Amino acid sequence: MTTLGSDFKANAAKALADAELQRALLNVKRGFVQKRVDAKARLPEFDTLRDEARAIKLHTLSHLDLYLDYFERKVADSGGQVHFAPTAADAREIILKLCRDADAKLVTKGKSMVSEEIGLNACLEEAGIEAVETDLGEYIAQMRNEAPSHLIAPIIHLNKETIAEDFRRSHEGLAADRTLGSAADLVAEARAVLRQKFLAADVGITGANLLIAETGSSVVVTNEGNADLTQTLPKMHIVIASIEKLVPTLEDACTILRLLARSATGQEITTYTTFATGPRREGDADGPSAYHVVLLDNGRSEMLGGSFNDMLSCIRCGACLNHCPVYATIGGHAYGSLYVGPMGAVLTPALVGIDHARDLPNASSLCGRCEDVCPVRIPLPSMLRAWRERDFARDNPKFREKTALKLWAYAAKRPRLYHALSGAAVKLLALLAGRSGKLSWLPFAGAWTRNRDLPAPEGETFHQLYAKRTQE
Amino acid sequence: MTEVLTAGAPLVGLFVTCLVDLIRPSIGFAAIKLLEDAGARVEVPLAQTCCGQPAFNSGDRADAQAIARQVVDVFEGFDYVVAPSGSCAGMLKLHYPKLLADDPAYAERAKALAEKSFELTRFLVDVLYVEGVDATYAARVAYHESCSSLRETGSSWAARRLLQSIRGIDLVELPDSEACCGFGGTFSVKYSGISSAIGEAKARTIAATEASCVVSCDLGCLMQIAGKLSRDGKKVQARHIAELLANMIEAAPIGGERIQP
Amino acid sequence: MSGSQANRKKVLESIRTTLGANAPDKWREANVRHRLVTHPSGTIPARSLGNREAGLALFSGMLASQGAEVTRVRDPEGVVKAIAAYLAKHELPSELRLSEEPVLVTLPWLLAPKLTQTYGEPSASDAIGLSRAIAGVAETGTLFLVSGAGNPTSLNFLPETHIVMVDEGDVVGCYEEAWGRLRALYGEGTLPRTVNWISGPSRTADIEQTIISGAHGPKRLFVVILDERSP
Repeated sequence: MTTLGSDFKANAAKALADAELQRALLNVKRGFVQKRVDAKARLPEFDTLRDEARAIKLHTLSHLDLYLDYFERKVADSGGQVHFAPTAADAREIILKLCRDADAKLVTKGKSMVSEEIGLNACLEEAGIEAVETDLGEYIAQMRNEAPSHLIAPIIHLNKETIAEDFRRSHEGLAADRTLGSAADLVAEARAVLRQKFLAADVGITGANLLIAETGSSVVVTNEGNADLTQTLPKMHIVIASIEKLVPTLEDACTILRLLARSATGQEITTYTTFATGPRREGDADGPSAYHVVLLDNGRSEMLGGSFNDMLSCIRCGACLNHCPVYATIGGHAYGSLYVGPMGAVLTPALVGIDHARDLPNASSLCGRCEDVCPVRIPLPSMLRAWRERDFARDNPKFREKTALKLWAYAAKRPRLYHALSGAAVKLLALLAGRSGKLSWLPFAGAWTRNRDLPAPEGETFHQLYAKRTQE
Repeated sequence: MTEVLTAGAPLVGLFVTCLVDLIRPSIGFAAIKLLEDAGARVEVPLAQTCCGQPAFNSGDRADAQAIARQVVDVFEGFDYVVAPSGSCAGMLKLHYPKLLADDPAYAERAKALAEKSFELTRFLVDVLYVEGVDATYAARVAYHESCSSLRETGSSWAARRLLQSIRGIDLVELPDSEACCGFGGTFSVKYSGISSAIGEAKARTIAATEASCVVSCDLGCLMQIAGKLSRDGKKVQARHIAELLANMIEAAPIGGERIQP
Repeated sequence: MSGSQANRKKVLESIRTTLGANAPDKWREANVRHRLVTHPSGTIPARSLGNREAGLALFSGMLASQGAEVTRVRDPEGVVKAIAAYLAKHELPSELRLSEEPVLVTLPWLLAPKLTQTYGEPSASDAIGLSRAIAGVAETGTLFLVSGAGNPTSLNFLPETHIVMVDEGDVVGCYEEAWGRLRALYGEGTLPRTVNWISGPSRTADIEQTIISGAHGPKRLFVVILDERSP
């Protein structure tokens, strides 16, 4: 998985100071939040469908081996092939071999987070195969050698002037006098350049929003249609998807599809929802002659049935990101992880270990809005706490924080000691604050007072005052 | 202090909360007034310190459990346990049963405590059937809905109902009222830059309503908001909802200049 | 054991071990079989359960709000006239690339002599594509198109303008009804290579959240509903 450096606090500080980014993040807050509210208002059955979607996912997870087995058989029945990949390295190896067998020089790619998780593009490039992202946002991110900063809006952090500069730098055939002033200009330019790639590609690689066991199908949703051109024109179509994308039936897919776009962008449905089943049939007018599905585990099987089982229900809509106050202030890149926002804070430690990602579950106010909006009702705050427990139990968490907490807890379990100490403390603080009623600076309290005033205590504790009053 | 004993009046144990105890005891007294005016008998057990959230949210399960057991022990004898805080009431109601689920000596008792634990405004409206308060506050007031009072104690309707009964009040809703203020307990100091930035957004929203006062069910949120408003030089006062409801507004607002007697 | 067989074993065994399902369990297997065979529906939104007219109105309305142009005609002659009028209105080329669906091929093209027709897989320079939808779903204004002999999927994506004909009788309320029709056509548990749900013209909002049409797929979608019921 591409990680962007592990210093979360430094990354976050940088993000907070980045005026461009802050402006762009307002789009997330304003846009997506209201759009989901509107979409939900137009579908009275929304919350019932969430319960059903959750049930479908949990049922599938608890029978995942059986559904995967059935899926594999159905894919074979329609002329395709399933490849299991226990690790990221296995997945890369499998896909590289398939591309080599197809004598591929050029690969087009539909949006796939999993393909980034396994570092596929770098692997292909090293083998001399050109891999081109075709989702517009991913295409631009690739051009900038950056990771996407949002689950479904990969370049939400960029403005169009920056993108125009990137195009001028990268597009060889681009005339100097061609205007790239508007978003429409940029889209037209990208369309023209990528059209050539679509037509010339030997292999098309897509992810899958869903896999359907009943028919052995993969499902991809887009608004652009890029995944369709990717999976229809070349002679080989490879799907790379993680094992938990599986649902049992076409009806189950419908329930989830009713929630996906509405939760992500507030659309009723994405422009294109495509069900691919096997390679072209005899007599078909077009389509790939080979269809391969690479199923990635990479740590997910170990999550089943445990504290983080429900995280595998995630349908990658991004609603939790859109509603998270932390994401809204620091953006995606600060997480230093492929998966960001609340879902990333839970999933990343599961995939890379809590010792490599401890800040993610800790950097949350536990407001709970993510769970409120999750289409499959994943209990994200509980899972964040579960990671904090594991972090706390480790041998080497932040010593100062742990000590401070232990001291506090020692007192909190002993009311008389606690009351004596707190009585003294609040008297001192009230004295320091004087008439102003607040402290703008306090030793050891820099973390608070750097950006905020600290309201001063009244000077006596409630228990002291109550004792006085009840004696009257 | 006079006590009015009514036959059959419910006995309420006041869960003071550590922030109210240390920072702003007047909230505790306001809560007692509201409860007694509504016909309850109120006692305040001395052997209480904290609900244990700091330990719980830091992943220190053992200490959280120890504190939870202490709270269960201390508050067992009451008909109800009421806290002037969504987050503390939420801790008792939602998290204690799960924390002590595997402890045979406490599992059932924690469930029993959870069932009789309430956030203040929810308790007043849903259990004591308070429809309105005898208070005046003729000014524009913004209501900040704390995440816990919204999502854990379900106090949305009760809090607003009571606020609206205040004579003269011009109650305004905040845009995107479900957005967090960024306090989050220990989060506010562990990730202070992020917490502060979130608070900044909330403070701006509040200032933009031109309210002269912001209220909430949770003192933690109010400390964050008041701290931000004050640092930004904004004149909006912050008070706890109990203070307005109990008509006890003589004291300085949270973080505000002390009023000399 | 081959590498791929070893991989398969590793993943499935890891799953079974974590789930505690290493021994064969006929109840688990029955659960799975039952769901696959009965494929129960979830809640169908009430808006999909209206009568025929309500469904057609919803279908057209949803497509229009999603950026498509929609028209209803009474006969095959009307289809040809509507297409000619649409192309003229938008000053578009008159060279059409059609799928080889009989219902499209046999349209009275002579009524619009300025239009020319070619058939099958489109080339990169084809500007107008014409396909037939096997079904339409009122719920979200969604067209179902399938791949097949004479139905190139690329026809739905390469040309800049996409025209889709759908029969009024094929417009159903919800997705599940459409799947029912496909099951009747293709058999249980079987689908053609591609089933496209299309609900509007191609678009992107990736650049500053501004919606632009024609990001890779067609810029325009024109839907002609053929309603041959008596007036």
